[in-house]
Amino acid sequence: MAATLTARVRRHVCDLHLSIDTARAPVTVLFGPSGAGKTTLLRCLAGLDRPEPGSHIQFGDHLWDAPRVHVPTRRRRVGYLFQDHALFPHLPVAGNVGYGLHRMPRRQRPERIRQALAAADAAHLHDRPTRGLSGGEAQRVALARALAPRPQLLLLDEPLSALDTPTRTRLRGDLRRLLLATGVPTIVVTHDRTEALTLGDHIAVVIDGRLHQHGPVDTVFNRPATAAVAAVVGVDTILTGHVTGHHDDLTHIDVAGHVLHATPHRDLNPGDRTLVCIRADDIALELPGPPRPASPRNQLPAVVTAVHPDGPVLRVSLDAGITLTAYVTRPTGEHLDLQTGRQVTAAIKATAVHLIAHPAVERPH
Amino acid sequence: MDWQAIGVSVRLAGLTTLILLPLAVPVAAWLALSRRRIAVLLEAVVALPLVLPPTVLGFYVLTALGTASPLGRWWQQTTGATLAFTFSGLLVASVLSSLPFAVQPLVAAFAGLDRRLLEASAVLGRTRAGTLLRVALPLSKAGLATAAVLTFAHTVGEFGVVLMVGGNIPGATRTVSIAIYDSVQAFDYATAARTSAAMLVFSLLVLTTLYSLRRGRRTRWPRP
Repeated sequence: MAATLTARVRRHVCDLHLSIDTARAPVTVLFGPSGAGKTTLLRCLAGLDRPEPGSHIQFGDHLWDAPRVHVPTRRRRVGYLFQDHALFPHLPVAGNVGYGLHRMPRRQRPERIRQALAAADAAHLHDRPTRGLSGGEAQRVALARALAPRPQLLLLDEPLSALDTPTRTRLRGDLRRLLLATGVPTIVVTHDRTEALTLGDHIAVVIDGRLHQHGPVDTVFNRPATAAVAAVVGVDTILTGHVTGHHDDLTHIDVAGHVLHATPHRDLNPGDRTLVCIRADDIALELPGPPRPASPRNQLPAVVTAVHPDGPVLRVSLDAGITLTAYVTRPTGEHLDLQTGRQVTAAIKATAVHLIAHPAVERPH
Repeated sequence: MDWQAIGVSVRLAGLTTLILLPLAVPVAAWLALSRRRIAVLLEAVVALPLVLPPTVLGFYVLTALGTASPLGRWWQQTTGATLAFTFSGLLVASVLSSLPFAVQPLVAAFAGLDRRLLEASAVLGRTRAGTLLRVALPLSKAGLATAAVLTFAHTVGEFGVVLMVGGNIPGATRTVSIAIYDSVQAFDYATAARTSAAMLVFSLLVLTTLYSLRRGRRTRWPRP
Protein backbone atom coordinates (compact mmCIF):
# COMPACT_ATOMS: atom_id res chain seq x y z
CA MET A 1 0.00 0.00 0.00
CA ALA A 2 2.99 2.23 -0.38
CA ALA A 3 2.40 5.60 -1.99
CA THR A 4 3.93 9.01 -2.05
CA LEU A 5 2.33 11.85 -0.16
CA THR A 6 3.15 15.30 -1.42
CA ALA A 7 1.67 18.27 0.33
CA ARG A 8 1.99 21.99 0.29
CA VAL A 9 -0.25 23.33 3.01
CA ARG A 10 -0.82 27.00 3.67
CA ARG A 11 -3.05 28.01 6.54
CA HIS A 12 -2.70 31.02 8.84
CA VAL A 13 1.03 31.38 9.46
CA CYS A 14 1.85 27.89 8.17
CA ASP A 15 3.40 27.23 4.81
CA LEU A 16 4.61 23.64 4.78
CA HIS A 17 6.02 21.59 1.94
CA LEU A 18 6.29 17.92 2.68
CA SER A 19 6.95 14.88 0.57
CA ILE A 20 6.82 11.43 2.12
CA ASP A 21 7.68 8.19 0.40
CA THR A 22 5.73 5.76 2.53
CA ALA A 23 7.66 2.80 1.17
CA ARG A 24 10.92 4.11 2.58
CA ALA A 25 9.46 5.51 5.77
CA PRO A 26 6.41 3.61 7.04
CA VAL A 27 6.26 5.88 10.07
CA THR A 28 7.04 9.58 9.68
CA VAL A 29 7.08 11.82 12.71
CA LEU A 30 6.12 15.49 12.51
CA PHE A 31 8.20 16.91 15.30
CA GLY A 32 8.41 20.39 16.72
CA PRO A 33 7.41 22.64 19.57
CA SER A 34 3.73 23.19 20.44
CA GLY A 35 2.01 25.63 18.13
CA ALA A 36 4.45 25.05 15.27
CA GLY A 37 1.75 23.94 12.85
CA LYS A 38 2.09 20.15 13.07
CA THR A 39 -1.53 19.51 13.98
CA THR A 40 -2.71 22.01 11.37
CA LEU A 41 -0.87 20.01 8.74
CA LEU A 42 -2.30 16.74 10.02
CA ARG A 43 -5.86 18.12 10.05
CA CYS A 44 -5.46 19.43 6.52
CA LEU A 45 -4.23 16.00 5.39
CA ALA A 46 -7.37 14.47 6.91
CA GLY A 47 -9.57 17.15 5.33
CA LEU A 48 -10.80 18.31 8.74
CA ASP A 49 -9.45 21.77 7.99
CA ARG A 50 -9.41 23.28 4.55
CA PRO A 51 -6.04 24.71 3.56
CA GLU A 52 -5.83 28.15 1.96
CA PRO A 53 -5.46 28.79 -1.77
CA GLY A 54 -2.08 27.76 -3.12
CA SER A 55 -2.18 24.50 -1.21
CA HIS A 56 -1.92 21.12 -2.84
CA ILE A 57 -2.24 17.68 -1.32
CA GLN A 58 -1.79 14.49 -3.27
CA PHE A 59 -1.60 10.97 -1.91
CA GLY A 60 -0.61 8.37 -4.49
CA ASP A 61 -3.13 8.72 -7.33
CA HIS A 62 -5.59 10.67 -5.21
CA LEU A 63 -5.67 14.44 -5.50
CA TRP A 64 -7.13 15.65 -2.20
CA ASP A 65 -6.63 19.41 -2.29
CA ALA A 66 -5.85 21.71 -5.19
CA PRO A 67 -7.42 24.81 -6.70
CA ARG A 68 -11.17 24.05 -6.83
CA VAL A 69 -10.56 20.56 -5.43
CA HIS A 70 -11.35 19.54 -1.88
CA VAL A 71 -12.10 15.90 -1.24
CA PRO A 72 -14.26 15.69 1.90
CA THR A 73 -12.85 13.90 4.92
CA ARG A 74 -15.20 10.94 4.63
CA ARG A 75 -13.88 10.05 1.15
CA ARG A 76 -10.17 10.17 1.99
CA ARG A 77 -10.08 6.79 3.72
CA VAL A 78 -7.66 7.93 6.38
CA GLY A 79 -7.50 6.76 9.96
CA TYR A 80 -7.19 9.56 12.51
CA LEU A 81 -6.25 9.12 16.13
CA PHE A 82 -7.30 12.12 18.21
CA GLN A 83 -5.25 13.34 21.11
CA ASP A 84 -7.99 12.59 23.62
CA HIS A 85 -9.17 9.46 21.72
CA ALA A 86 -12.67 10.87 20.94
CA LEU A 87 -14.41 7.54 21.49
CA PHE A 88 -18.20 7.68 21.15
CA PRO A 89 -19.40 7.52 24.75
CA HIS A 90 -22.84 6.15 23.82
CA LEU A 91 -21.44 3.11 21.99
CA PRO A 92 -19.68 0.11 23.56
CA VAL A 93 -16.15 -0.80 22.50
CA ALA A 94 -17.31 -3.08 19.67
CA GLY A 95 -19.73 -0.38 18.48
CA ASN A 96 -16.93 2.15 18.35
CA VAL A 97 -14.61 -0.14 16.41
CA GLY A 98 -17.40 -1.11 13.99
CA TYR A 99 -18.55 2.47 13.47
CA GLY A 100 -16.61 2.96 10.23
CA LEU A 101 -17.67 -0.37 8.71
CA HIS A 102 -21.03 0.77 7.31
CA ARG A 103 -20.01 -0.02 3.74
CA MET A 104 -19.18 -3.61 4.66
CA PRO A 105 -21.75 -6.41 4.55
CA ARG A 106 -23.25 -6.74 8.01
CA ARG A 107 -22.25 -10.39 8.42
CA GLN A 108 -18.55 -9.65 7.94
CA ARG A 109 -18.37 -6.84 10.47
CA PRO A 110 -17.96 -8.84 13.73
CA GLU A 111 -14.92 -10.62 12.31
CA ARG A 112 -13.33 -7.35 11.18
CA ILE A 113 -14.00 -5.78 14.59
CA ARG A 114 -12.23 -8.70 16.27
CA GLN A 115 -9.28 -8.43 13.86
CA ALA A 116 -8.91 -4.70 14.44
CA LEU A 117 -9.05 -5.09 18.22
CA ALA A 118 -6.48 -7.86 18.05
CA ALA A 119 -4.20 -5.70 15.90
CA ALA A 120 -4.30 -3.06 18.63
CA ASP A 121 -3.69 -5.61 21.41
CA ALA A 122 -7.19 -4.91 22.72
CA ALA A 123 -9.07 -8.13 21.97
CA HIS A 124 -9.99 -8.48 25.65
CA LEU A 125 -11.88 -5.15 25.60
CA HIS A 126 -14.44 -6.29 23.00
CA ASP A 127 -17.45 -6.44 25.34
CA ARG A 128 -16.60 -3.51 27.57
CA PRO A 129 -18.60 -0.28 27.70
CA THR A 130 -16.63 2.76 26.59
CA ARG A 131 -17.11 4.69 29.81
CA GLY A 132 -14.71 3.34 32.37
CA LEU A 133 -11.88 2.42 30.01
CA SER A 134 -8.48 3.51 31.31
CA GLY A 135 -6.45 5.95 29.22
CA GLY A 136 -4.27 3.21 27.77
CA GLU A 137 -7.28 1.01 26.99
CA ALA A 138 -9.12 3.91 25.33
CA GLN A 139 -6.01 4.55 23.26
CA ARG A 140 -5.92 0.95 21.98
CA VAL A 141 -9.64 1.00 21.22
CA ALA A 142 -9.24 4.29 19.34
CA LEU A 143 -6.41 2.73 17.34
CA ALA A 144 -8.54 -0.32 16.57
CA ARG A 145 -11.40 1.94 15.46
CA ALA A 146 -9.07 3.83 13.12
CA LEU A 147 -7.64 0.58 11.70
CA ALA A 148 -10.92 -1.31 11.24
CA PRO A 149 -11.95 0.24 7.87
CA ARG A 150 -8.42 -0.50 6.53
CA PRO A 151 -7.37 3.12 5.94
CA GLN A 152 -4.77 3.93 3.31
CA LEU A 153 -3.05 6.40 5.62
CA LEU A 154 -2.98 6.62 9.40
CA LEU A 155 -2.67 10.01 11.12
CA LEU A 156 -1.87 10.14 14.83
CA ASP A 157 -2.14 13.42 16.73
CA GLU A 158 0.01 13.34 19.88
CA PRO A 159 -1.07 9.73 20.42
CA LEU A 160 0.47 9.33 23.86
CA SER A 161 0.13 12.77 25.39
CA ALA A 162 -3.20 12.10 27.13
CA LEU A 163 -1.75 9.14 29.06
CA ASP A 164 -0.09 8.98 32.47
CA THR A 165 3.65 8.44 32.45
CA PRO A 166 3.87 4.67 33.18
CA THR A 167 1.20 3.89 30.58
CA ARG A 168 2.88 6.16 28.06
CA THR A 169 6.21 4.44 28.53
CA ARG A 170 4.64 1.00 28.11
CA LEU A 171 2.54 1.91 25.08
CA ARG A 172 5.35 3.81 23.38
CA GLY A 173 7.32 0.66 22.74
CA ASP A 174 4.23 -1.30 21.69
CA LEU A 175 2.93 1.35 19.35
CA ARG A 176 5.75 1.16 16.82
CA ARG A 177 5.48 -2.62 16.70
CA LEU A 178 1.70 -2.39 16.18
CA LEU A 179 2.07 0.25 13.48
CA LEU A 180 4.67 -1.73 11.55
CA ALA A 181 2.54 -4.86 11.80
CA THR A 182 -0.49 -3.16 10.24
CA GLY A 183 1.54 -2.07 7.23
CA VAL A 184 -0.48 1.15 6.98
CA PRO A 185 1.72 4.19 6.28
CA THR A 186 1.57 6.45 9.29
CA ILE A 187 2.21 10.08 10.17
CA VAL A 188 2.61 10.89 13.85
CA VAL A 189 2.54 14.37 15.37
CA THR A 190 4.51 14.79 18.57
CA HIS A 191 6.51 17.35 20.53
CA ASP A 192 8.12 14.66 22.67
CA ARG A 193 11.68 13.69 21.70
CA THR A 194 11.54 10.17 23.08
CA GLU A 195 8.23 9.59 21.30
CA ALA A 196 9.71 10.85 18.04
CA LEU A 197 12.74 8.58 18.41
CA THR A 198 10.72 5.56 19.47
CA LEU A 199 8.04 5.72 16.79
CA GLY A 200 9.61 7.20 13.69
CA ASP A 201 11.62 6.03 10.72
CA HIS A 202 11.79 9.50 9.30
CA ILE A 203 11.32 12.75 11.11
CA ALA A 204 10.15 16.08 9.76
CA VAL A 205 11.01 19.01 12.01
CA VAL A 206 8.38 21.76 11.93
CA ILE A 207 9.18 25.10 13.55
CA ASP A 208 7.08 28.26 13.25
CA GLY A 209 4.98 26.92 10.41
CA ARG A 210 7.92 25.87 8.24
CA LEU A 211 9.53 22.51 7.55
CA HIS A 212 13.14 22.80 8.65
CA GLN A 213 14.54 19.35 8.11
CA HIS A 214 13.24 16.00 6.96
CA GLY A 215 15.13 12.72 6.93
CA PRO A 216 15.94 9.53 8.82
CA VAL A 217 15.61 9.94 12.59
CA ASP A 218 19.27 9.43 13.41
CA THR A 219 20.40 11.81 10.65
CA VAL A 220 18.20 14.63 11.86
CA PHE A 221 19.13 14.15 15.50
CA ASN A 222 22.86 13.79 14.83
CA ARG A 223 23.20 16.42 12.18
CA PRO A 224 20.61 19.16 12.68
CA ALA A 225 20.57 21.25 9.52
CA THR A 226 19.96 24.56 11.23
CA ALA A 227 20.51 26.10 14.64
CA ALA A 228 16.74 26.14 15.13
CA VAL A 229 16.53 22.40 14.54
CA ALA A 230 19.47 21.80 16.90
CA ALA A 231 17.68 23.82 19.59
CA VAL A 232 14.50 21.79 19.15
CA VAL A 233 15.97 18.29 18.87
CA GLY A 234 18.68 18.89 21.46
CA VAL A 235 22.29 17.97 20.89
CA ASP A 236 22.45 14.25 21.20
CA THR A 237 24.27 11.47 19.57
CA ILE A 238 21.78 8.95 18.21
CA LEU A 239 23.25 5.72 16.90
CA THR A 240 21.69 2.56 15.58
CA GLY A 241 23.01 -0.68 16.98
CA HIS A 242 22.22 -4.26 17.87
CA VAL A 243 22.22 -5.87 21.28
CA THR A 244 24.95 -8.49 21.49
CA GLY A 245 24.21 -9.67 25.01
CA HIS A 246 23.98 -8.99 28.72
CA HIS A 247 27.19 -9.47 30.76
CA ASP A 248 28.32 -8.23 34.18
CA ASP A 249 25.03 -6.38 34.73
CA LEU A 250 25.56 -4.42 31.55
CA THR A 251 23.93 -4.56 28.15
CA HIS A 252 26.43 -4.75 25.32
CA ILE A 253 25.56 -3.11 22.03
CA ASP A 254 27.35 -3.38 18.73
CA VAL A 255 27.37 -0.07 16.88
CA ALA A 256 29.09 -0.29 13.50
CA GLY A 257 31.65 -2.74 14.89
CA HIS A 258 32.25 -0.86 18.16
CA VAL A 259 31.01 -2.24 21.45
CA LEU A 260 29.23 0.12 23.83
CA HIS A 261 28.14 -0.70 27.36
CA ALA A 262 24.86 0.47 28.78
CA THR A 263 22.90 -0.07 31.97
CA PRO A 264 20.73 -3.17 31.54
CA HIS A 265 17.57 -2.80 29.50
CA ARG A 266 15.18 -5.61 30.39
CA ASP A 267 13.04 -5.53 27.24
CA LEU A 268 15.94 -6.01 24.86
CA ASN A 269 17.19 -9.40 23.75
CA PRO A 270 20.39 -10.26 21.89
CA GLY A 271 19.96 -9.42 18.21
CA ASP A 272 17.38 -6.70 18.83
CA ARG A 273 17.79 -3.45 16.97
CA THR A 274 18.08 -0.44 19.24
CA LEU A 275 18.73 3.26 19.15
CA VAL A 276 21.61 4.40 21.33
CA CYS A 277 21.24 7.94 22.67
CA ILE A 278 24.04 9.80 24.36
CA ARG A 279 23.60 13.40 25.48
CA ALA A 280 26.42 15.73 24.50
CA ASP A 281 26.75 16.77 28.18
CA ASP A 282 27.48 13.17 29.14
CA ILE A 283 30.56 12.68 26.97
CA ALA A 284 33.80 13.59 28.73
CA LEU A 285 36.98 14.15 26.73
CA GLU A 286 40.42 13.10 27.94
CA LEU A 287 43.83 13.20 26.40
CA PRO A 288 44.96 9.77 25.24
CA GLY A 289 47.32 8.02 27.59
CA PRO A 290 48.13 4.63 29.07
CA PRO A 291 45.02 2.73 30.22
CA ARG A 292 44.16 3.46 33.85
CA PRO A 293 41.22 2.49 36.01
CA ALA A 294 38.35 4.89 35.57
CA SER A 295 34.64 4.80 36.27
CA PRO A 296 33.28 5.39 32.75
CA ARG A 297 32.77 2.00 31.13
CA ASN A 298 33.12 3.28 27.59
CA GLN A 299 36.50 4.64 26.56
CA LEU A 300 36.60 5.38 22.83
CA PRO A 301 39.67 6.70 21.01
CA ALA A 302 38.47 9.50 18.74
CA VAL A 303 39.62 12.26 16.45
CA VAL A 304 38.18 15.78 16.67
CA THR A 305 36.50 16.61 13.34
CA ALA A 306 35.06 20.02 14.20
CA VAL A 307 34.78 22.50 17.07
CA HIS A 308 31.90 25.01 17.13
CA PRO A 309 31.36 27.65 19.80
CA ASP A 310 27.81 27.26 21.12
CA GLY A 311 27.10 29.93 23.70
CA PRO A 312 29.34 29.50 26.74
CA VAL A 313 30.49 26.03 25.63
CA LEU A 314 32.10 24.33 22.68
CA ARG A 315 30.32 21.73 20.61
CA VAL A 316 32.89 19.15 19.56
CA SER A 317 32.26 16.69 16.78
CA LEU A 318 34.23 13.47 17.08
CA ASP A 319 34.98 10.54 14.84
CA ALA A 320 35.43 7.40 16.92
CA GLY A 321 34.48 5.10 14.10
CA ILE A 322 31.05 6.29 15.05
CA THR A 323 30.07 9.96 15.07
CA LEU A 324 29.79 11.56 18.50
CA THR A 325 28.95 15.08 19.64
CA ALA A 326 30.27 16.36 22.97
CA TYR A 327 29.93 19.60 24.92
CA VAL A 328 32.96 20.94 26.79
CA THR A 329 33.51 24.26 28.51
CA ARG A 330 35.80 26.81 26.86
CA PRO A 331 38.57 26.48 29.53
CA THR A 332 38.55 22.71 29.06
CA GLY A 333 38.75 23.23 25.32
CA GLU A 334 41.81 25.42 25.75
CA HIS A 335 43.38 23.07 28.28
CA LEU A 336 43.01 20.08 25.97
CA ASP A 337 43.95 22.22 22.96
CA LEU A 338 40.91 20.95 21.08
CA GLN A 339 41.12 21.53 17.38
CA THR A 340 40.39 19.59 14.27
CA GLY A 341 42.60 16.50 14.02
CA ARG A 342 43.36 16.27 17.76
CA GLN A 343 43.45 12.73 19.22
CA VAL A 344 41.31 12.34 22.34
CA THR A 345 39.52 9.67 24.33
CA ALA A 346 35.75 9.97 24.70
CA ALA A 347 34.62 8.65 28.07
CA ILE A 348 30.99 7.77 28.56
CA LYS A 349 29.45 6.24 31.68
CA ALA A 350 27.26 3.23 31.04
CA THR A 351 24.41 5.05 32.84
CA ALA A 352 24.58 7.81 30.21
CA VAL A 353 24.00 5.40 27.34
CA HIS A 354 20.22 5.32 26.80
CA LEU A 355 18.68 2.54 24.77
CA ILE A 356 15.41 2.81 22.88
CA ALA A 357 14.11 -0.39 21.33
CA HIS A 358 13.52 0.28 17.66
CA PRO A 359 12.37 -2.72 15.62
CA ALA A 360 13.37 -2.55 11.98
CA VAL A 361 11.00 -2.27 9.08
CA GLU A 362 10.34 -5.71 7.66
CA ARG A 363 10.54 -5.24 3.94
CA PRO A 364 9.44 -7.94 1.58
CA HIS A 365 12.37 -8.95 -0.63
CA MET B 1 -65.45 20.25 31.89
CA ASP B 2 -65.27 20.31 28.09
CA TRP B 3 -63.80 16.89 27.33
CA GLN B 4 -64.19 17.46 23.61
CA ALA B 5 -61.94 20.53 23.85
CA ILE B 6 -59.39 18.57 25.88
CA GLY B 7 -59.43 15.92 23.15
CA VAL B 8 -58.78 18.55 20.47
CA SER B 9 -55.98 20.10 22.50
CA VAL B 10 -54.23 16.78 23.15
CA ARG B 11 -54.59 15.71 19.52
CA LEU B 12 -53.28 19.05 18.29
CA ALA B 13 -50.32 19.07 20.70
CA GLY B 14 -49.43 15.44 19.95
CA LEU B 15 -49.52 15.86 16.20
CA THR B 16 -47.63 19.16 16.37
CA THR B 17 -44.87 17.45 18.35
CA LEU B 18 -44.74 14.50 15.95
CA ILE B 19 -44.48 16.76 12.91
CA LEU B 20 -42.20 19.35 14.43
CA LEU B 21 -39.43 17.20 15.92
CA PRO B 22 -38.26 15.60 12.64
CA LEU B 23 -38.29 19.09 11.12
CA ALA B 24 -36.53 20.72 14.05
CA VAL B 25 -33.62 18.23 14.22
CA PRO B 26 -32.02 19.12 10.85
CA VAL B 27 -32.83 22.82 11.29
CA ALA B 28 -31.25 22.86 14.75
CA ALA B 29 -28.23 20.90 13.52
CA TRP B 30 -27.73 23.39 10.74
CA LEU B 31 -28.12 26.36 13.08
CA ALA B 32 -25.81 24.94 15.70
CA LEU B 33 -23.09 23.47 13.50
CA SER B 34 -23.07 25.42 10.23
CA ARG B 35 -20.01 27.41 9.32
CA ARG B 36 -22.11 29.84 7.24
CA ARG B 37 -22.85 33.31 8.58
CA ILE B 38 -26.40 33.26 7.23
CA ALA B 39 -27.20 30.78 10.00
CA VAL B 40 -27.50 33.76 12.36
CA LEU B 41 -30.29 35.24 10.22
CA LEU B 42 -32.14 31.95 10.10
CA GLU B 43 -31.79 31.58 13.86
CA ALA B 44 -33.51 34.95 14.26
CA VAL B 45 -36.31 33.91 11.88
CA VAL B 46 -36.85 30.68 13.84
CA ALA B 47 -37.07 32.65 17.09
CA LEU B 48 -39.65 35.12 15.68
CA PRO B 49 -42.75 33.35 17.12
CA LEU B 50 -41.32 34.05 20.60
CA VAL B 51 -41.48 37.81 20.10
CA LEU B 52 -44.30 38.33 17.61
CA PRO B 53 -47.77 38.85 19.06
CA PRO B 54 -49.78 35.68 18.34
CA THR B 55 -52.24 37.83 16.45
CA VAL B 56 -49.54 38.88 13.97
CA LEU B 57 -48.43 35.31 13.42
CA GLY B 58 -52.06 34.22 13.21
CA PHE B 59 -52.82 36.96 10.71
CA TYR B 60 -50.01 35.91 8.37
CA VAL B 61 -50.88 32.24 8.65
CA LEU B 62 -54.54 32.99 7.98
CA THR B 63 -53.63 35.03 4.90
CA ALA B 64 -51.26 32.35 3.66
CA LEU B 65 -53.82 29.58 4.13
CA GLY B 66 -56.78 31.50 2.65
CA THR B 67 -58.06 30.70 -0.82
CA ALA B 68 -56.57 33.99 -2.08
CA SER B 69 -53.04 32.62 -1.60
CA PRO B 70 -51.32 30.07 -3.91
CA LEU B 71 -50.83 27.67 -0.97
CA GLY B 72 -54.51 27.86 0.06
CA ARG B 73 -55.63 27.37 -3.52
CA TRP B 74 -53.31 24.39 -4.04
CA TRP B 75 -54.63 22.80 -0.83
CA GLN B 76 -58.21 23.37 -1.92
CA GLN B 77 -57.59 21.83 -5.34
CA THR B 78 -55.88 18.74 -3.93
CA THR B 79 -58.11 18.07 -0.94
CA GLY B 80 -61.29 19.89 -1.80
CA ALA B 81 -61.32 21.62 1.57
CA THR B 82 -60.05 24.94 2.90
CA LEU B 83 -57.30 25.21 5.48
CA ALA B 84 -58.51 28.23 7.37
CA PHE B 85 -60.82 27.44 10.30
CA THR B 86 -60.10 23.69 10.11
CA PHE B 87 -58.05 21.37 12.31
CA SER B 88 -55.43 20.96 9.53
CA GLY B 89 -55.01 24.72 9.28
CA LEU B 90 -54.68 24.92 13.03
CA LEU B 91 -51.98 22.24 12.91
CA VAL B 92 -49.96 24.26 10.36
CA ALA B 93 -50.22 27.38 12.51
CA SER B 94 -49.29 25.49 15.65
CA VAL B 95 -46.21 23.92 14.02
CA LEU B 96 -45.02 27.40 13.08
CA SER B 97 -45.72 29.02 16.43
CA SER B 98 -44.02 26.20 18.36
CA LEU B 99 -40.96 26.12 16.12
CA PRO B 100 -38.60 27.92 18.55
CA PHE B 101 -39.67 25.67 21.42
CA ALA B 102 -38.53 22.62 19.48
CA VAL B 103 -35.48 24.13 17.81
CA GLN B 104 -33.82 26.01 20.64
CA PRO B 105 -33.26 23.14 23.11
CA LEU B 106 -31.84 21.10 20.23
CA VAL B 107 -29.53 23.92 19.16
CA ALA B 108 -28.24 24.16 22.72
CA ALA B 109 -27.68 20.39 22.85
CA PHE B 110 -25.92 20.22 19.49
CA ALA B 111 -23.76 23.25 20.23
CA GLY B 112 -22.55 21.56 23.40
CA LEU B 113 -21.35 18.44 21.58
CA ASP B 114 -17.64 17.63 21.53
CA ARG B 115 -16.52 18.66 18.06
CA ARG B 116 -13.98 15.84 17.95
CA LEU B 117 -16.74 13.25 18.05
CA LEU B 118 -18.26 14.74 14.91
CA GLU B 119 -14.82 14.84 13.29
CA ALA B 120 -14.15 11.25 14.30
CA SER B 121 -17.40 10.26 12.58
CA ALA B 122 -16.41 12.10 9.39
CA VAL B 123 -12.98 10.48 9.34
CA LEU B 124 -14.68 7.10 9.67
CA GLY B 125 -16.53 7.78 6.43
CA ARG B 126 -19.93 9.01 7.61
CA THR B 127 -21.90 11.80 5.94
CA ARG B 128 -23.29 14.72 7.93
CA ALA B 129 -26.72 13.09 8.01
CA GLY B 130 -25.19 9.84 9.25
CA THR B 131 -23.22 11.68 11.92
CA LEU B 132 -26.36 13.54 13.00
CA LEU B 133 -28.33 10.30 13.39
CA ARG B 134 -25.62 8.15 14.94
CA VAL B 135 -23.61 10.55 17.08
CA ALA B 136 -25.29 13.94 17.55
CA LEU B 137 -28.83 12.71 18.31
CA PRO B 138 -27.97 9.85 20.68
CA LEU B 139 -25.80 12.25 22.66
CA SER B 140 -28.57 14.88 22.76
CA LYS B 141 -31.37 12.82 24.28
CA ALA B 142 -32.00 15.35 27.04
CA GLY B 143 -32.29 18.15 24.48
CA LEU B 144 -34.65 16.06 22.38
CA ALA B 145 -36.86 15.31 25.39
CA THR B 146 -36.91 18.98 26.38
CA ALA B 147 -37.89 19.95 22.84
CA ALA B 148 -40.74 17.42 22.81
CA VAL B 149 -42.13 18.41 26.21
CA LEU B 150 -41.90 22.14 25.52
CA THR B 151 -43.56 21.81 22.12
CA PHE B 152 -46.40 19.75 23.52
CA ALA B 153 -46.97 22.07 26.47
CA HIS B 154 -46.72 25.24 24.46
CA THR B 155 -49.26 23.97 21.93
CA VAL B 156 -51.71 23.05 24.66
CA GLY B 157 -51.36 26.54 26.12
CA GLU B 158 -51.56 28.44 22.81
CA PHE B 159 -54.48 30.85 22.57
CA GLY B 160 -54.03 33.79 20.21
CA VAL B 161 -52.90 31.89 17.13
CA VAL B 162 -55.65 29.30 17.63
CA LEU B 163 -58.30 31.96 17.87
CA MET B 164 -57.04 33.73 14.74
CA VAL B 165 -56.61 30.66 12.54
CA GLY B 166 -58.95 28.07 13.98
CA GLY B 167 -61.88 30.05 15.23
CA ASN B 168 -64.06 28.23 17.70
CA ILE B 169 -65.58 25.11 16.14
CA PRO B 170 -66.37 22.43 18.74
CA GLY B 171 -64.65 19.12 18.01
CA ALA B 172 -62.41 20.67 15.34
CA THR B 173 -60.69 23.85 16.45
CA ARG B 174 -62.05 24.54 19.91
CA THR B 175 -59.11 23.85 22.26
CA VAL B 176 -59.03 23.98 26.05
CA SER B 177 -57.78 27.53 26.21
CA ILE B 178 -60.56 28.69 23.88
CA ALA B 179 -63.10 26.72 25.91
CA ILE B 180 -62.09 28.58 29.08
CA TYR B 181 -62.39 31.90 27.28
CA ASP B 182 -65.84 30.85 26.05
CA SER B 183 -67.01 29.83 29.53
CA VAL B 184 -65.96 33.18 30.94
CA GLN B 185 -67.73 35.01 28.09
CA ALA B 186 -70.86 33.01 28.97
CA PHE B 187 -70.46 33.83 32.71
CA ASP B 188 -70.05 30.07 33.38
CA TYR B 189 -67.36 30.68 36.00
CA ALA B 190 -67.69 27.22 37.53
CA THR B 191 -66.66 25.45 34.30
CA ALA B 192 -63.92 28.00 33.65
CA ALA B 193 -62.52 27.41 37.14
CA ARG B 194 -62.49 23.62 36.76
CA THR B 195 -60.83 23.71 33.35
CA SER B 196 -58.34 26.33 34.50
CA ALA B 197 -57.41 24.21 37.52
CA ALA B 198 -56.89 21.21 35.24
CA MET B 199 -54.60 23.28 33.01
CA LEU B 200 -52.66 24.51 36.03
CA VAL B 201 -52.03 20.99 37.31
CA PHE B 202 -51.09 19.82 33.81
CA SER B 203 -48.59 22.66 33.32
CA LEU B 204 -46.99 22.11 36.70
CA LEU B 205 -46.67 18.40 35.95
CA VAL B 206 -45.03 19.10 32.59
CA LEU B 207 -42.53 21.54 34.02
CA THR B 208 -41.64 19.20 36.90
CA THR B 209 -40.98 16.42 34.40
CA LEU B 210 -38.89 18.76 32.30
CA TYR B 211 -36.70 19.99 35.12
CA SER B 212 -36.19 16.52 36.57
CA LEU B 213 -34.82 15.51 33.15
CA ARG B 214 -32.01 18.04 33.53
CA ARG B 215 -31.51 17.71 37.26
CA GLY B 216 -28.74 15.09 37.13
CA ARG B 217 -26.13 17.17 35.35
CA ARG B 218 -26.57 20.41 37.24
CA THR B 219 -23.83 21.97 39.30
CA ARG B 220 -24.66 22.38 43.00
CA TRP B 221 -23.09 24.15 45.91
CA PRO B 222 -20.45 22.07 47.67
CA ARG B 223 -21.69 20.53 50.92
CA PRO B 224 -21.25 22.90 53.89
